Amino acid sequence: MLEIRGMTKKFGGLIALDDVSMSVGKGSITGIIGPNGAGKTTLFNIVTGLYTRSSGEVYLEGTDVSGYAPENLARLGLVRTFQNVELFGRMTVLENVMVGLHTRSRSGIFSCSLKWPTHIMEEKRIRDEAMQRLEFTGMTGIADIPAGSLPFGMGRRLEIARALAPGPKIMLMDEPAAGLNSRETLDLADLIRKIRDAGTTVVLVEHDMELVMDVCETIVVLNLGRKLAEGAPREIQENPAVIAAYLGEE
Amino acid sequence: MEAFGEIFQYILSGFSTGAIYALIGFGFAVIYNSTGIINFAQGEFVMLGGLATIFFINMNFPLPVSVIFAIATATLTGVVFERLAIRPLKNATPLNLVLITIGASILIRGGAMLMWGKDTHVLPSFSGSDPIYIADATILPQHLWIFSITVLIIAASRMFFNRSITGKAMRACAYNREAAGLVGIDVKKMVLFSFIISSAIGSLAGIIIAPLTMSSYDVGVMLGLKGFCAAIIGGMSNGAGTVIGGLLLGILESLGAGFISASYKDAIAFIILLLILFFRPEGIFRKDETERV
Amino acid sequence: MTEAKRDILGFLLFAAAVLIAPFFFADSYILNVLVFVGINTLLAVALNLLLGFAGQISLGHAAFFGLGAYISGVMTAAHSFDPWLAMLIAAVSTGVAAFIIGFPILKLKGHYLAMATLGFGIIVYIVFNETVDLTGGPSGLPGIPNLSLGEFSFDNDIKNFYLIWAFTLLAMRISLNLYRSRIGRALRAIHDSEVAARVAGVNVKNLKVQIFTMSAVISALAGSLYAHTMTFISPASFGFNFSVELVTMVIIGGLGSVYGSFMGAAILTLLPEFLRIFHDYDIIVYGLLLILIIMFMPGGLAGGFRTALERLSRSRKQGAD
Repeated sequence: MLEIRGMTKKFGGLIALDDVSMSVGKGSITGIIGPNGAGKTTLFNIVTGLYTRSSGEVYLEGTDVSGYAPENLARLGLVRTFQNVELFGRMTVLENVMVGLHTRSRSGIFSCSLKWPTHIMEEKRIRDEAMQRLEFTGMTGIADIPAGSLPFGMGRRLEIARALAPGPKIMLMDEPAAGLNSRETLDLADLIRKIRDAGTTVVLVEHDMELVMDVCETIVVLNLGRKLAEGAPREIQENPAVIAAYLGEE
Repeated sequence: MEAFGEIFQYILSGFSTGAIYALIGFGFAVIYNSTGIINFAQGEFVMLGGLATIFFINMNFPLPVSVIFAIATATLTGVVFERLAIRPLKNATPLNLVLITIGASILIRGGAMLMWGKDTHVLPSFSGSDPIYIADATILPQHLWIFSITVLIIAASRMFFNRSITGKAMRACAYNREAAGLVGIDVKKMVLFSFIISSAIGSLAGIIIAPLTMSSYDVGVMLGLKGFCAAIIGGMSNGAGTVIGGLLLGILESLGAGFISASYKDAIAFIILLLILFFRPEGIFRKDETERV
Repeated sequence: MTEAKRDILGFLLFAAAVLIAPFFFADSYILNVLVFVGINTLLAVALNLLLGFAGQISLGHAAFFGLGAYISGVMTAAHSFDPWLAMLIAAVSTGVAAFIIGFPILKLKGHYLAMATLGFGIIVYIVFNETVDLTGGPSGLPGIPNLSLGEFSFDNDIKNFYLIWAFTLLAMRISLNLYRSRIGRALRAIHDSEVAARVAGVNVKNLKVQIFTMSAVISALAGSLYAHTMTFISPASFGFNFSVELVTMVIIGGLGSVYGSFMGAAILTLLPEFLRIFHDYDIIVYGLLLILIIMFMPGGLAGGFRTALERLSRSRKQGAD
């Protein structure tokens, strides 16, 4: 589904990522872990087109998408969520999800301005679809509330609903459990599995080991910009290099 | 030979306006570096410097005293502005900061208009106006004042930013405000300082150029914008970049006015501004840094 | 009542109020002021598309207004073009100019965008002043004909009132449509988080340029209407101060609110008329208003009304419990 080859990123003299390669199987849940500063978020930002890379390639279903802009990647079915939750705060919950359907609709500035019949029909369709997504993530009751007034956990859920809206092939989640309480984290684990079962491949960067060990089938460990290990949760837990890297940080 | 003399003359006069632009641009850079704000009211400090000096001179204070009073007036305005409008601002988005500094500039300009009317006022030259001949070109004593004060200010501020604790703390804020706060630097105080320095330097620029340009309540707009242009060419630096930016702008403008068209003189500065913003928004000296999104 | 119905009903009520306004203000002076409220509303609505919807500032919008006015003015006064044709050409060519300049300018953000648009505005203003052969320079361009339909000429305030408000109401309706649409949502998304909008698949660069162009075209139309109504134009109407005034209108009314833009435009047009003593000093009042609104009423008047209404309904509910 997603393949990263020899990804390298330099910030001035600092090497944030050094020749990282990994591949993500279709329909899997993959976790990327590592101590702070390991380059996890940098890797996400490059794959989703927010940062430019120094060298290396990204393949999405076999097509080379290295250096694609985020909006083009979205069109190809790659979406993401953010560590700090990036919502459209002044728009309602429903409208947020409707923006998520941007790539699944096509009305332009003229048909929108003039309320063309095609636009009215499309509007009804994406409204219905957005409502379905809210149902999927359990947020039906709050569709008309401004997103900015949601509590943090809810905001996170909304961001996931928005990313899921277009029915993406693959979703990258940047620390989805950060700031959630244990109850919300459990719900999140269920949601992640539900998303995968609905046909979206999931990759997550996460610090919450319990969550990662619980939901991920494969785990990639980064340390100081390099790939340290890759394998099933059990293997990773027993890997001496990984243990050393984590202990070294403490 | 005649053409050469002409060019030399243009460059000389470009140098002196350029020095002024550099000082004003310097004021922009100082505030920008410690707060991330482009202060659209910067030009108004320049205007205040000139007009307040004339005001105090008309009250029969000697020139040096008038200059000090004028700088104090402008600085006080800067402090009040920072205290009343910048510090209490809760939602400090770039858009709001642009608008609030524009609001302040309108208010200061309006205040000056209430106080001194719409007429232009003249500040006499500091030491006569007999031209001094250099090769084929002439300059006025006021030009010498401008050069020496500019050099003095730049040298003094270099000392300040490189040597003094406060200066170093302000530079730390420029690099990383949060980190500066964490190591115990009073960031709010540094912001206030930057407004003080910037308004003082701005008003001084306005004072030394006043004898050459006449002063009225609305001179700040153009001067401010050109100072910004100088700062942008120099990459918003607290140092040499802005000086070179100012001189470059002054000379280009003066040559453009001389050889292309005097009536489009002001347009030249803004065309340069647009070109720089479009193609090299990080200034013409800085090397490309890895971009962050 | 659904949102869509409320939207239509609200607009119809507003339009009706506008259309009958002249019957209450037969006084030609007030009518004349209301003509200007119409033009300024048209401009504020146009700027609101860019500033209020997409969150992108322009401190040079007076330039587009001026381009519309001068292209119409020069073509009709000096070259006897048909005013309607001139208006069309003015709108199209201003749109093309905005489209071309839009790509490099809208790459910039925040303060830099403000400075670049300001610089653009000043360059255009200088050109109006200096191309004396074409524009008449600072002393202005007289003799611009009124618009007319066959024998019917828009040559007095009441006719101009309906002419201009027809355009203004149309622009308002279009803005309202856009607000609750795929494109409107994408624009507001850019306003709130550009990164998230891109990740959601919004082509931010193109959309910014599109809305900038649309905003410029409407502003140019306002300029043409202004030129043909006044029959005389001079550069002073299209300078930096007017750009700031337009921004102030949008901010006072409330970013993103179409009716807010009307309120802002109405207030800033009427204020100097009622406060004659302020004559020269009205600009100070703008400055003060701008600062106070940003500091204490970030949603503008529209936002203020909304919170007031919400508070009212909440306290009523509590009272009923």
